[in-house]
Amino acid sequence: MKPAVNGRTVLRVEGLRVHYHTARGPVRAVEGVDFELGAGERLGLVGESGSGKSTMAMAIMGLIRPPGRIEGGRIKLGDLELLTLSTEDMRRVRFARISLIPQGVMNSLNPVMRVGAQIADTIQAHQERPTREELAERVRSLLTLVELEAATARMYPHELSGGMKQRVGMAIAVALRPEVIIADEPTSALDVVVQKRVMDTLFRVQQELDAALILVGHDMGLMAQCVDRIGVMYAGRLVELGPVQRLFDEPLHPYTRMLVTSLPSLERKGVFRGIPGLPPSLLNPPAGCAFHPRCPEVMDRCVSETPRLESVVEAGSAREASASDRRAACHLHSGDRS
Amino acid sequence: MTRPPVLATARRHPQLAAGLAIVVLVVAFGPVGSLFVDTDLARVGSAPSDRTPSVEHLLGTDAAGRDLLAVMVAGTPLTLRIGFVAGAVGLGIGIVLGFMAGYFGGLVDTLIKGAADVLLTIPGLLFLVVLATSLRTAVTVDMMALVVASLAWMLPTRTIRAQVLSMRERGYVQVARFSGMSDLEIIAREMLPNLLPYLAASFVSAVGAAVLASVGLEALGLGPQNEPTLGMTIYWALYYTSLLRGIWWWWAPPMIMIVLIFVGLFLISMGLDRIANPRLWRAS
Amino acid sequence: MNAPLLEARSASQVFGGGLFDRRRIVAVQEATLLLPDDQPVIVAIAGESGSGKTTLARLLLGMLAPTGGSVRFRGTELRQLDRRTRVTFRRQVQAIFQDPFEVFNPFYRVDHTLTVPVAKFYPELSRAQRWQRIEEGLQAVGLRPEETLGRYPHELSGGQRQRIMVTRALLADPRVIVADEPVSMVDASLRATILETLFRIHRDRGISLVYITHDLTTAYQLSHTILIMYRGAVVEMGDVERVIKTPRHPYTQLLVRSIPLPDPKRRWGEVPDADRREDEGLPISAPTAAGESDTPADDVTQTEASPGADSGCVFASRCPHVMPRCREQRPSLVLTDPGRAAACYLYEEAAVLSQEQVAQLSHGGG
Repeated sequence: MKPAVNGRTVLRVEGLRVHYHTARGPVRAVEGVDFELGAGERLGLVGESGSGKSTMAMAIMGLIRPPGRIEGGRIKLGDLELLTLSTEDMRRVRFARISLIPQGVMNSLNPVMRVGAQIADTIQAHQERPTREELAERVRSLLTLVELEAATARMYPHELSGGMKQRVGMAIAVALRPEVIIADEPTSALDVVVQKRVMDTLFRVQQELDAALILVGHDMGLMAQCVDRIGVMYAGRLVELGPVQRLFDEPLHPYTRMLVTSLPSLERKGVFRGIPGLPPSLLNPPAGCAFHPRCPEVMDRCVSETPRLESVVEAGSAREASASDRRAACHLHSGDRS
Repeated sequence: MTRPPVLATARRHPQLAAGLAIVVLVVAFGPVGSLFVDTDLARVGSAPSDRTPSVEHLLGTDAAGRDLLAVMVAGTPLTLRIGFVAGAVGLGIGIVLGFMAGYFGGLVDTLIKGAADVLLTIPGLLFLVVLATSLRTAVTVDMMALVVASLAWMLPTRTIRAQVLSMRERGYVQVARFSGMSDLEIIAREMLPNLLPYLAASFVSAVGAAVLASVGLEALGLGPQNEPTLGMTIYWALYYTSLLRGIWWWWAPPMIMIVLIFVGLFLISMGLDRIANPRLWRAS
Repeated sequence: MNAPLLEARSASQVFGGGLFDRRRIVAVQEATLLLPDDQPVIVAIAGESGSGKTTLARLLLGMLAPTGGSVRFRGTELRQLDRRTRVTFRRQVQAIFQDPFEVFNPFYRVDHTLTVPVAKFYPELSRAQRWQRIEEGLQAVGLRPEETLGRYPHELSGGQRQRIMVTRALLADPRVIVADEPVSMVDASLRATILETLFRIHRDRGISLVYITHDLTTAYQLSHTILIMYRGAVVEMGDVERVIKTPRHPYTQLLVRSIPLPDPKRRWGEVPDADRREDEGLPISAPTAAGESDTPADDVTQTEASPGADSGCVFASRCPHVMPRCREQRPSLVLTDPGRAAACYLYEEAAVLSQEQVAQLSHGGG
């Protein structure tokens, strides 16, 4: 895992809000998220179902459809304000500059098309007109990039194993050499051995393209092994953001802490520490901090005032708040702002 | 002022509402009509023959001296009865056989499926013609319904069997076994309720098919000769060459009524399909 | 001593291979597992998809009849149970399935799932008594009846639904619960709670558990003994501490190494610390370039992954220590060290186990 390459920010999300307008009212899937992604960096967005992480991935890709709607915020890819783009312009940005390996891509492959043709489709759909030889060569080199044999191009999806199909999904996603790759639960349907192989492939691809990676998922173990920084999402908000090692060693937000503790370990048997209570309703979220009904350290303030994601200066750190790379949305740390 | 809930539901399901409205009108036409029109006039020789539409006979009379409006009022419920009875019987048999075949599998399945498949390949009208002509006694409306029903059960059997096959593997069916339910209970309490929308749609299409079959037979003269069903009316209209003679008030009303029945039933099945598969219908 | 509560003896399940179905899939190859009547145990069956673990579970539950070997309840083969004993079997051996949504009939409220078993198993109780049972059952798994009852399945979370399923299983007053991946479709924060519930009912009510999973870590957390399955065969089994901490079979070693540990300091794929001990002089495979072949040829395709090469060890095509013997004949389970067995020719000096010995080992007895 390399640290961010040169400190340059390739993607910046500010105050993003996405709501789904259902018959029973608006479902607040994403409620004000800020983060930035550095060049070559690997950022993990971890959360459980309903946390908003997949919606966020779709929003960044401009793939939110009614009844979902982006209610506010900014998404800056380099100098480009994605939310102000027309449909056509966004379509050109998609896959060319920012790409998504969606959840369950293995099952989204066209069952009646050979995989090589599907990869070629992506290239051609972006108004490039390569010759047949050029196209075949590009498909070949993409397959090699994702560590598949060239002969795979002539195969149909059902002839491939889960890991191979996932790699085809990767090839399609990076066909146009994007700067940012978003992978939404890329290995959730895969066995643990294949999972490791596929993730290794993904990292090699990322390095080869010099791209930044956002890994969306719920497996903290996987995150620990894969990313440089982690953002923890809960009820549509980022509740903590920081370097992976520090986050595991000393989580700032009680949810993060309980999430880490609830992970089964090979150290001790028979110890189960789940998080009590229920995941929050996004239709009717709790007032104040969405986590407060389940938080062991809840204070009066938490019930009425929603905490904002703020820089946290850790005790003993010589840094100022503005330079701190750790952020948490929690009243326990609210007073730390200098 | 809040809208009455009926209207709100009708707005959300326009096809279903329209279809139901049409069918209700058609069904009501008979009973309501008989309040205003004397159905005795539908009998042969009850009125002067071959009259064009006038104030006394709004749809005129036919060559046999029947008031055609009375014929419509008397005949529509009869055709509907054939359709509904045949549809219900066909569906009923289909449910029993389809569930048995799908749930129990094995020999039972092979036998039922085989019988249904073989009978499906027989040209329906041909079979019905043979059946109808071989009946010695005069055909009544109910006999007509049963004749038509004899061929109405195969398709429901096949389709319900398919549904049951897929439901059999569902988690909740497995769990029901672990909760002590017997096979029959599982069929009745776990599977059947989930099939209700599907069964309703099946019933609608079975009725439509039955009406078509009965009209077809009757138009060939193989129906209940003494009853003024819509199909028989068309038969007599053709028999007396009303088409060539331009006596539109004879053949047109039954045609229109049959079209209305079909359109109504079709809209209902479209509406039911929309409820069962909301995502297919969502506008992109 | 009583007959074992539930046992599989060299049970096999072969699909196809008949006149019309050329392709023969050996889903389970001679698996032996025993749950004793006199003491509650927790046995884990671990493997990846295609390993046969779910098929073995279905054999134990009587949902499938074995094509070879036998599955017995209190000494009698399942297909030979008389009517009364069959009812007892259905009641005493309960199941929890993986998908917490599919197991609910969408037509009914969740109450239905609970009222049916109570009415069936306790017909003598009055209505009020039945509701009391249901409410107590829900509370025992940490649910609040007022928040759960009267709702439709889609109104509840996956964790709640799965806990209702646990309640349902408990209402039958079972001796064994076979849980097939009970938490893999449940959110991380709720997993621990559900597993803890299962552990508690085992401890407090003496119910044996068969825990089917692909997650070795939770298997380690919960169970006493474990069976590792690969392509239909049990490749390693025994005391869970030994199997996970010092795996002997090359496949188990590969599995354990592939677990992403939630500790950024521990590099993924390195040999776990405990494995470094060269105890008893037996070879421990290190992640060599040859062993961790990164080509997708290793990542077996769909057709190959369907289990059961009839001849030879199931892992031969991927094993870094493969020898000619391995492709010719399936290795039997041998006792590599006390309380654990592996099916591998690397340990050929060890004693071959009889079926009875394997059965005893599977639950930690003998």
